[in-house]
Amino acid sequence: MLRFLARRIALALVTLWLLSVIIFLASHALPGDVGRRILGPFADPRAVATLDHSLGVDRPLLVQYLDWIGGFIRGDLGTSLSFHVPVAQLLLRGLGNSVKLALVAFVIVVPLSILGGVVAALRRGTFIDRTISIGGLSATAMPEFVTSIVLILLLSITLKVLPISVQVPPDADPFTQVYHLILPSLPLVLVLFGYIARITRAGMIEALESDYTRTAVLKGLAWRTVVFRHVLRNALMPTIAVVATQTGYLIGGLVVIETMFNYQGIGQLLYTSVAQKDFPLIQAGVMTVGVVYLVATLLADISYSLLNPRIRLAGRE
Amino acid sequence: MSATIALGRQESAARLRRQAWVERLRLALRTPSLLIGVGVLLFWVILAIFAQNIAPHDPLAPDILHKLQPPSADHRFGTDGLGRDVLSRVIYGSRGILVAAPLATLLGTVVGTAIGLIAGYFRGLVEDVLMRITDAFLALPTIVTALLVLASVGGSTTTVILVIGLGFAPIIARTVRAAVLSEAQLEYVEAARLRRERAPYVMFVEILPNVMGPVLVEFTVRLGYAVFAIATLSFLGLGIPPPSPDWGLTISEQYTYLISNFWWPVLFPALAIASLVIAVNMFADGLSRVLER
Amino acid sequence: MASQSRAALEVTDLKLAYRVRGRDRIAIRGVTFTINKGESYGLVGESGSGKSTVAYAVMRYLPDNAKITGGSIVLDGKDMLHMDGDDLRKLRATAASMVYQNPGTALNPTIRAGDQLIEAFVIAGVAKGEARERALAMLGRVQISDPQGVMGRYPHQLSGGMQQRVVIAMALASDPTLLILDEPTTGLDATVEAEVLDLIRNLRATFGTSVLFISHNLGVIARMCDRVGVLYAGRMVEEGPAWELLTNPRHPYTVGLLRCIPRWGLSKEVGPLDTIPGFPPGIGAAIKACVFADRCGLVQDICRAEEPGLDPVGEGHASRCHFSDIAQTLPRAERDMVKRPPVPETARAALSIKNLRRTMTQQGNSFQALAGVDLEIAAGEVFGLVGESGSGKTTLARSVIGLGVPDAGSEIDLEGKKLAPRVGQRSLDQVRAIQIVFQNPDASLNRRKSVRQILGRALTKLTGVRGERRSRRIVELSESVRLDAGLLDALPRQLSGGLKQRVGIARAFAGEPHLVICDEPTSALDVSVQAAILNLLVRLQRDRNLSYIFISHDLGVVRYISDRIGVLYLGRLMEVGPADVVFSAPHHPYTEALLSAAPSLDVREEHRIRLQGDIPSAAKPPSGCVFHTRCPRKLGAICEQQEPPLLEEEPGHFLKCHIPIEDLRRLQKPEAADQAG
Repeated sequence: MLRFLARRIALALVTLWLLSVIIFLASHALPGDVGRRILGPFADPRAVATLDHSLGVDRPLLVQYLDWIGGFIRGDLGTSLSFHVPVAQLLLRGLGNSVKLALVAFVIVVPLSILGGVVAALRRGTFIDRTISIGGLSATAMPEFVTSIVLILLLSITLKVLPISVQVPPDADPFTQVYHLILPSLPLVLVLFGYIARITRAGMIEALESDYTRTAVLKGLAWRTVVFRHVLRNALMPTIAVVATQTGYLIGGLVVIETMFNYQGIGQLLYTSVAQKDFPLIQAGVMTVGVVYLVATLLADISYSLLNPRIRLAGRE
Repeated sequence: MSATIALGRQESAARLRRQAWVERLRLALRTPSLLIGVGVLLFWVILAIFAQNIAPHDPLAPDILHKLQPPSADHRFGTDGLGRDVLSRVIYGSRGILVAAPLATLLGTVVGTAIGLIAGYFRGLVEDVLMRITDAFLALPTIVTALLVLASVGGSTTTVILVIGLGFAPIIARTVRAAVLSEAQLEYVEAARLRRERAPYVMFVEILPNVMGPVLVEFTVRLGYAVFAIATLSFLGLGIPPPSPDWGLTISEQYTYLISNFWWPVLFPALAIASLVIAVNMFADGLSRVLER
Repeated sequence: MASQSRAALEVTDLKLAYRVRGRDRIAIRGVTFTINKGESYGLVGESGSGKSTVAYAVMRYLPDNAKITGGSIVLDGKDMLHMDGDDLRKLRATAASMVYQNPGTALNPTIRAGDQLIEAFVIAGVAKGEARERALAMLGRVQISDPQGVMGRYPHQLSGGMQQRVVIAMALASDPTLLILDEPTTGLDATVEAEVLDLIRNLRATFGTSVLFISHNLGVIARMCDRVGVLYAGRMVEEGPAWELLTNPRHPYTVGLLRCIPRWGLSKEVGPLDTIPGFPPGIGAAIKACVFADRCGLVQDICRAEEPGLDPVGEGHASRCHFSDIAQTLPRAERDMVKRPPVPETARAALSIKNLRRTMTQQGNSFQALAGVDLEIAAGEVFGLVGESGSGKTTLARSVIGLGVPDAGSEIDLEGKKLAPRVGQRSLDQVRAIQIVFQNPDASLNRRKSVRQILGRALTKLTGVRGERRSRRIVELSESVRLDAGLLDALPRQLSGGLKQRVGIARAFAGEPHLVICDEPTSALDVSVQAAILNLLVRLQRDRNLSYIFISHDLGVVRYISDRIGVLYLGRLMEVGPADVVFSAPHHPYTEALLSAAPSLDVREEHRIRLQGDIPSAAKPPSGCVFHTRCPRKLGAICEQQEPPLLEEEPGHFLKCHIPIEDLRRLQKPEAADQAG
């Protein structure tokens, strides 16, 4: 188990390093120089040179990379070009807000989609199964801005049950805060629902068709016991991994949602930084997204290995 | 099953193979999701090709005097904030995405399949290096990768195709590699090595045909995501530049009118995207059902 | 569950169909049999005969597309087919249990073995507090030496034999009226299989349970059952007392089936094995009269017009044949072969293996899969390689063909020339010279390539022929394995298992090899098909005077085809010698145990040697002689401390044992071992 974890962490670190290289190269080594891209094609070449120098982008790439990654490790992410405040401060606040939104989405979607997947598998081939499968598939495939528009029209403008604005007074009670986050979280919920329900259904069906389920049934156990004791635990293991990898997707969705709802999270920050060509913020922001994803998958691996005795007891006799 | 029964002498293999295809076609015709998906896709393709003949107005001609008109006999879908005909814009708007999405997916599938084949076949160091790099790419959602690159190089249809296509490659590589790994354990691969076949032959002639099923399914699934991602990039203003009638772009331009209850310039392109996305996914779902058999 | 009924199970005219693509395809065509209380009933048949389907129908555990279309199943006096969910559940909990093939997947991987066992007791009505005690006691009864420890382990921490014991313990928890065993030892090693079968026999004696035993292996059935029913294409064709039926079969199918089996001591020198021509009818085939008519050598017009009844032919013995009285005169399907001249004494060694070692790693632990094997195989010789799982026989084969790289210092020479470790480094001649027939043709043939493509590519790469000449060679090659040229454009999945294996053989022979490795080439096939494939391999080998390394776990098969035999255990050759010498005493104690473990059709009540415990892990081989932990003839400390050398005790007969051969000869008295020819 320890060996498994050490290996996983080492792999995550290697991935993280590669990621930093990719991000760095993507934002530096593409054609054109940084100052020119920021100032535009008509700027004075001297101004470009000065900006390049002050940004340090006229130095060799390797030096720049080491400088940047060194800062990253120390927690010094540089200063935002557009906001003129430390990048770390911006990212931290954005991350906090995004986590709130993501949590609301997860709290709604995880139980719902697992239930949906389990029910679909147990009622395989029936109308309920087809509805959940096709509904989930359609919801998953729908871009968030499309669902947002339909939901805003339906829930805020027509039915007026949910506020369209995410802005709440800072002293609002937690309930109000969550209430305002429901509408923006729903498009995310819809996308995630299909994913998680589908994997859960597949895992359930595999477990239901397994030999050990047959053993349990032929033992004479009640169907309820078979499902709860023998099937679910094995069936839900793949779901955990999927939930974790979906955090990555979730951040992509946040870019759209936060921009649409003008919610100050990491997604909006990324979008603004791109629009403003705020390179220190872009690099650090994208890197943060990667770190969040890797941490999430690592946590999933750990919980998976805790549930799976094959891994938990590996190396022990 | 019917085709697997041992052949008698008089039965020709070719006939059985034809039968298998007929059987598969029959199955396809009995798969509603496949039929609906293909039907809606064809609908949009025809609209895109014959847009000039079908669209009632010029999609780009503004008419400030008649802006934000609700749907009427002349403008069945109403007019937008610049007075342009929403119906015509929806019809023309299908063009960009119907070209970009398949091209991006094709690019991603070709590159991803190659990477997956190589990683799955060679194992060892080659696999480790390739898979670590794909992992690193996978840590970023496609949209974020696209943001990063498009911020540097600027948006255009070509860059969108390249970014989405290459962004999909690692995901497809993973799927293909998994299929190749289980395939490479089969002894026909060893049999090929025992007659000294070169690696490219084994990968592309022996293994590839056997993983085409998953590749094809992955292609259709990714096609859905390409529509998703390209529309989203347009919506974020990073894809096809204005004044294109592209659906995502239109929605982002007209989105502000929604609050004032001018729903038609936004809802119709949104429904268009929805129908396309659902069609692609039903097609994917139906295809995998047919191929599973 | 006391009942007045004398029968534990009565199946009457059971009919069952599978619904495939909207059409019902009949699989069971009316099967009737009765199992009395305390009786052990065997159901035999080849794949597709419907034997497992019958078993699952009895438990009412059938796939959704299966439909029982007629007949009745009465278990312990209760009608199984008209029972609602709750009664059915109770019945499964108390009256009937099942043990299946693959114990590894039958146990839930995330629940401790003990908890799964306790659950079985609780559901059978034992109080929760008492269940644990009962579970421990039951583990003791299935001869698990450390019940406490096993209770706390997860299934993956147990060996295959242990897993099957736990499953058996679970099945017996309810003290069922009927125990269904569906191929319970298929996939287990011979020595472990023997132990498990003994255990089942002893338990049956203690518990008095009725048993329905499903197997494809007639030897196992002969040993385990009082009465036997033979299923063919979903129809019972013969039924009778086990010994009577196997020694005096009265249905042509049973007669043919028994003749297909390479019996104890039978060798290719005696003659070819008999085969059953043709193919069994598929599921859903329309059959009007006798199910066996199309393949029967005694067929008359009446057989195709009218189905015979299952008529009595002796005491409790019945056969569904119009000509049951002359069934045993069934003509032999295979002509006698020409005897081959013996291999000249001076034959140059085709293959010479010196000090072959291979260290492998598994989950971070390295172990020696082969620990220094020396071997010479002469030109024109068939060398049989026998061993259980982990013995290294596949590793050895892979090293020879160049797919596994042996440790430095190992040497493999072919016809006097050193072979490079990897196939890619060998010369084309060397690659052509050594080819392999794989175990499973489904995996070894590319399912997207036609037979013509498969053979054509092999011909081109190995011999360089192209165009017209290649087309001609493809036809010749397929004819040499008796594959109809009309099948050349078929895809593998359109062929039956036996035909597929013929394609695999043809491919191996494309480059006119000098040495062919046959890695369990018949173990995925039914016996009637196996016989045909063995005959083919013998004929090809004789016609071309080439060498085989023939790997198999089936001792009868190895004995039949081999000139010499080597016995591997934990990566070491324990015994090497001419086939008849190895199969008759004196032999190595391990060989002795293997021979005695193999289920045989020829020995009725036998004095058997049983090995205790599982095969040690190759990662931690025992000190001294690696067999000492299980050896029933262990001498003492010397066996634990010193590894004996492989010595030539008699001319051509090598043994790796501390016991002097004369002592072995005395210990292994003729009646103690199964005698070869």
